[in-house]
Amino acid sequence: MKFTLSWLKDHLETTASLDEIVDALTRVGLEVEGVEDPAKMLAPYVTAYVISAEQHPNADRLRVCMVDTGSGTPVQVVCGAPNARTGMMSVFSPPGTFIPGKNITITTGMVRGVESAGMLCSGFELGLSEDHDGIIDLPADAPIGARYVDYAHLNDPVIDIAVTPNRSDALGVYGIARDLAAAGLGTLKSAAVATIKGEAPCPVSIKLDFPDNEKHLVPVFGLRLVRGVKNGPSPDWLVRRLKAIGLRPINALVDITNYLTFDRGRPLHVFDAKKIKGNLVVRRARDGDEVVALDGKTYRPDTDVVVIADDHGVESIAGIMGGEVSGCDEHTTEVLIESALWNPLNIAQSGRKLGINSDARYRFERGVDPAFCLPGLELATKLVLTLCGGEPSQVVVAGDVPVEDRVITFQWSEVKRLTGLDLSVPEMKVILTDLGFRVSGTEASVKVAVPSWRPDVEDKADLVEEIMRIAGLERVLPVPFPREPATVAKPVLTLIQKRTRLAKRALASRGLIEAVTWSFISHPEASHFGGGSPALSLANPIASDLSDMRPSLLPGLLKVIGRNVDRGLTDIAIFEVGQIFRGDRPQDQSIAATAVRRGLGGPLGSGRFWRDGGAIDAFDSKADAMALLEALGVSVAGLQVQRGAPSWFHPGRSGVLQFGPKAIVGAFGEIHPRVLEALDVKGPVVACEINLDALPPPKQRPTRMKPKLILSEFQPVSRDFAFIVDDAVPAGEIVKITQAVDRALISDITVFDVYRGTGVPQGKTSIAIAVTLQPMEKTLTDSEIDAVSARIVADVSAKIGAVLRS
Amino acid sequence: MTEFASLETDLVNAISAAADEAALEAIRIAVLGKSGSISALLKSLGTMTPDDRKEKGPLINGLRDSVTEALASRRAVLRDAALEIRLASESIDVTLPVRPSAAARGRIHPISQVIDELTVIFGDMGFAVAEGPDIETDFFNFTALNFPVGHPAREMHDTFFFNPDEKGERKLLRTHTSPVQIRTMMSQKPPIRVIIPGRTYRCDSDQTHTPMFHQVEGLVIDKGSHMGHLKWILAEFCKAFFEVDDVKMRFRPSFFPFTEPSVEVDIQCSRKGGEIRFGEGEDWLEILGCGMVHPNVIRHCGLDPDEYQGFAWGMGIDRIAMLKYGMPDLRPFFEADVRWLSHYGFRPLDLPTLTGGLSV
Repeated sequence: MKFTLSWLKDHLETTASLDEIVDALTRVGLEVEGVEDPAKMLAPYVTAYVISAEQHPNADRLRVCMVDTGSGTPVQVVCGAPNARTGMMSVFSPPGTFIPGKNITITTGMVRGVESAGMLCSGFELGLSEDHDGIIDLPADAPIGARYVDYAHLNDPVIDIAVTPNRSDALGVYGIARDLAAAGLGTLKSAAVATIKGEAPCPVSIKLDFPDNEKHLVPVFGLRLVRGVKNGPSPDWLVRRLKAIGLRPINALVDITNYLTFDRGRPLHVFDAKKIKGNLVVRRARDGDEVVALDGKTYRPDTDVVVIADDHGVESIAGIMGGEVSGCDEHTTEVLIESALWNPLNIAQSGRKLGINSDARYRFERGVDPAFCLPGLELATKLVLTLCGGEPSQVVVAGDVPVEDRVITFQWSEVKRLTGLDLSVPEMKVILTDLGFRVSGTEASVKVAVPSWRPDVEDKADLVEEIMRIAGLERVLPVPFPREPATVAKPVLTLIQKRTRLAKRALASRGLIEAVTWSFISHPEASHFGGGSPALSLANPIASDLSDMRPSLLPGLLKVIGRNVDRGLTDIAIFEVGQIFRGDRPQDQSIAATAVRRGLGGPLGSGRFWRDGGAIDAFDSKADAMALLEALGVSVAGLQVQRGAPSWFHPGRSGVLQFGPKAIVGAFGEIHPRVLEALDVKGPVVACEINLDALPPPKQRPTRMKPKLILSEFQPVSRDFAFIVDDAVPAGEIVKITQAVDRALISDITVFDVYRGTGVPQGKTSIAIAVTLQPMEKTLTDSEIDAVSARIVADVSAKIGAVLRS
Repeated sequence: MTEFASLETDLVNAISAAADEAALEAIRIAVLGKSGSISALLKSLGTMTPDDRKEKGPLINGLRDSVTEALASRRAVLRDAALEIRLASESIDVTLPVRPSAAARGRIHPISQVIDELTVIFGDMGFAVAEGPDIETDFFNFTALNFPVGHPAREMHDTFFFNPDEKGERKLLRTHTSPVQIRTMMSQKPPIRVIIPGRTYRCDSDQTHTPMFHQVEGLVIDKGSHMGHLKWILAEFCKAFFEVDDVKMRFRPSFFPFTEPSVEVDIQCSRKGGEIRFGEGEDWLEILGCGMVHPNVIRHCGLDPDEYQGFAWGMGIDRIAMLKYGMPDLRPFFEADVRWLSHYGFRPLDLPTLTGGLSV
C-alpha cells in the first residue's frame, strides 16, 4: 500500500518528520517497505532563466548560455540541447550535482575550449521522464532560483507499507492516519462526509436477485446518477497522487473511484449511464454470460460469480472489475456511481477463479467498512460535482447496511496476563478510544464496542494486541524463563530422534557425505521403488519430476549420483537420513537411513590410490549397514542376512537384513542394472537401506551397570578347517552349524578364506574358517580338542555335504 | 701358566675374527661344547690332586670366563652389524601419501547440524523435540490454526495438495510446522515446552524459495508465560545460536492467524562485502515470526484460553543456517553437489554442545 506524505497530511494534523512517521508506522505494525523521497536527490536543482544562448565558437551543435540561477551572478553553461534559446525558463544543476539519468556527478569544466559551470537539464537527466530531446522548458512565469522539486510539486515522499491480511482498515490513507494519531504522531482530521441531496429520484433501479439464504452476497447496494457531467483529465493534484502510487490516470470519473479506493479503502464503480439499458440487476452469473472487463480481457464468469447486469447483459464483475462497454470515457455526460458491499469469501473465490487481481478485489476480500458504504457514495458524488460538475439524483439503496454489534467483555488485566506489560487503565482506554473502540464501564471488566472498520477484532486477545502495538512493543521487557523445575537438564530426545541423529554421525564417520534431497520424486522413479500409488501423488506438483512422495531415499540419491557424475565427480559416497512414505497416514511415514557408493567411493577413501582400495562392491554396503546397526546400539546377534532383497537390487548381489520373516529392517547390495538404466545412472552402484523405525528398541535396564565381565584364566585354542562345498552353499551356513557344535566352548568363528579355482573341483568352493575354543574351567587336552574338531567336521559334512579339504 | 695364557690369546683372536654368528657358534661348540677344549680342561679338574686343582682350577675357570665374555661381546657386535644391514635394506618412501580418514571425508549437512544446535540450546531451556507427519489434513494445517476458510492468509501459503479421496477430502503437504503445535497440545497435558523442527512445503520456486524447506517452531503452553518471556527466550536463543555476546532485536506487530498478538522479529546486523555480522551495523534483517497462541487455537485443542496461555514462534532453519554460516544461495542446499556439501558440511565429530561451544 503506497501513499504520499502530503496525502497522509490531508488526514493527519502533524508536525512529525518523515523519519518519525516512518518509524511510527513500523512500530504500530504497518511495516514500511520503502520510502521514495525525490526531494532528497533533486534538492540541488533550481529553476533558471536563460539570459542568452549563443552559438559555441568551436562546435556547431553547442550553445553557450548565460544563465540566471537566482544567485545574483549569471553562470556560463555550455548546452547541447536543440531547444536551448534566449529567454527560456529551464532547470539548472550546479557543479557537484549528481545526475540520476546519466549516473554522473557534474563538475566545472571546459567544453571545446569554453568553460561550463553547471548544466541545464532534461527530464531524462533528472530521472523523471523518458524525454531527452531537449532541456526542460518551463512556463515563462516560473520563478527564478526556486527549488525545482518544490516548483514541480515533486517534494512529496512516497511511503510503501506492507499491510497484513487482517488490517483492511489500513488499505486506506485515512485508516493509516488513525493509527498514527493513536500512536501520538498528531491529530486525526474529521472524516465527516456531508450528505448531498438530489433533486430527482435515480432513474435506474436496482434489484438484488438472491434468495433469502444468499442475501449475504450483497447486503447493500447504493446508486446515484449525476447528469450533465463534463469528464476529462483529472486536475494536477489528483494526477500527481495517482502517479506517485503507481496508478495510471484515466479520466476524472474513473480517477475519483481509484482515489477513494486508496484514500478511504472504499472501492467504487462508475457506469456511463447512457450505455446502460434498463435497470440494474445484481445476480449470480448465468451459463453463457460473458463480459469484456476494463482490462480489455473477455471473462466468462461461472454461476458462483456475482455480476451486475442490465438488459444488454453483464456490465460489471461485482466487487472485482467493471465492464469496458459501460465504462466512462471523455464523452460521458451522465454517470451512475455505485457503492456496494460484497461478501469477502465470494469475492476472493471469484477473483481467484477469474484470475483478476484488482485493488477492489484486494479490499473486498479482506473486508471493507460496511458503515462507510453510503458515505463513500456521498464523497464520490462530492468529488464528481467538484471536478466534473453536474446534477446529482437522489440515492437509491437496495438492501440494508448490516449493523453488527460486536461488543467484547474485556478485563484490563488481560494486557498484563498476555504481554507482561503493566499499563494504567486510562492509558489503555485512550488507546482504544483513539482507534475508534467505544469503552463503557469503569470496573476491572469493561464492555468494548468494536468499530465497523475492524472486522478482524473478535476476541480479548485482539484488544490486547491493539493496546500493545500502540503502546509500543519496546515497552514489553524481557523476563527470564528458567527451566522448571530447577534441575540439571533432563534428556529430551525420543529413541527415534536419538537414532536419527546418531545414524547421520555414524554414516558420516564412514566417509559418507550427507545429502538432503526432495521428499517428492517423479512418478516413474517412485514406481521403480515400490511407490507411485495415487494417494501419494500430488494434484499440483511444482514440476512433473517432483510429483510423487518418495517410497525410498534411493531414487533421490541415485539421481544425485547421476548429477555428480555429469560434473565429472565419479567416485561418490553419499547418504541421507529422512522420511519415506508408504501411504498418506501419519503411521505410514518412517525414517530411513540410506547410504550409496559408486565407482571408487569405498570406505577407505575415494578414487585411485597407490596402496589399497578399488571398485566398491556389495560387501562395502553390507559393511555400511552393519556399522550403522552397531552404532545405533542394535544387537546384531539375532540378525539374519539372507537373499530376497527388494526388486531394485541385483538379484544375486544383494541381501535382506531381518530379525525374523516379519521383522525386516533393511537391505543392501548392488542396485539392479535395469533400475540404474531407467534412472540414467552409470553403475555399478551399491547401497544399503535401513528403516530406523523398524529397528528393535534397546532392552530396558533398571540401572546403568554393565554386565559382569568374566575372563577365562585358560589359554584359548584356535583350529583351522577348510571345507569344500557346492558353490551355492552360503558360508553363513557353515558358521551356523559350527557354532551349534558347542556354544559354550566355541567363542569365535572367522571365515578367513574363500577360494575357487585350481585344486578345487569345478562348481565347488573352498571355505576356510578359524574356530577359537575358549575353556573356562581347565586347559583343554589334545584329546578334547580333537573331539570337538571331529564333531565340527562331522556336522558340517553331514548337514551340507561338505568335504574337509586335505 | 703360559699354556693357558697362549690358549686364551688364540681363542680370543679366533673369536674376534669370527665373521658371522654361525662361525662364532662353531667356535663356542669347539671350546665350550660337550667335547670342547675348555670343557675337557674343566673335566680334567676332577682327576687332579687337590694341590694341582688348587693351582690350576682358577686358571681354567678364568680361561672359561674370558672366552665366554669374548663370545658374548663378539655376538653383540655381529648382531648390531646384522641389524644395521637389515635396517639399511628396509627404508620406505615417507613422501607416499596416506588416505584422509573417513572422519575427515564424511560430512553432516548444514541443516542437520543446525537442528542439532537448536536441540542443544532449547534442550537446555527444558524444551523437548516434537515431530509430526509431512502429509497433513486441512484441519491440522489450517482450520485448527484459526485460518478461516477462504481467508487470503490461506491462499498465501501456496499449498501442495493430494487428490481428493472417496469422501472428497484432500490431504496436503504441511506448509509450516505449526500443525505439530496442534498435535502436541491434543496429545500432551500442559505445561508444554517443545521445539518442532521439520520439512515444510510450498508450491513456490525462485531465487530465494524452494518447494521444500525446513522450519523450526517453538511452543510454550502453561498458565503464566507471556510476551516478556518470549522476548527473553528469543534474545537468549539468538545470542547462543549466532555465538555473539549481544544481539539487537526489533519486535514489530504483525499478523498470523494462529497467534494474537502477533509479532515479527528483526535482528540488527551489518552487511559488508557480502558478509553479515550481528551485534553491529544499521540494517534490520527479519528472522522470525511469533506471538501469543490465539485463543481459538487453544480452544481447538480442548483447552480453556482463560486458564491456559502461551506463545509460539517459527523460523526457517535453512535461512538461519545461511545467516550463520554464509551460504549465499538456498537452492544448492537440496542439489547435493558433493563439492558444496564437502565445503559447507560439517565433520562427523563436530558435535555441538553448550559446554564446548556450538561450532568451534
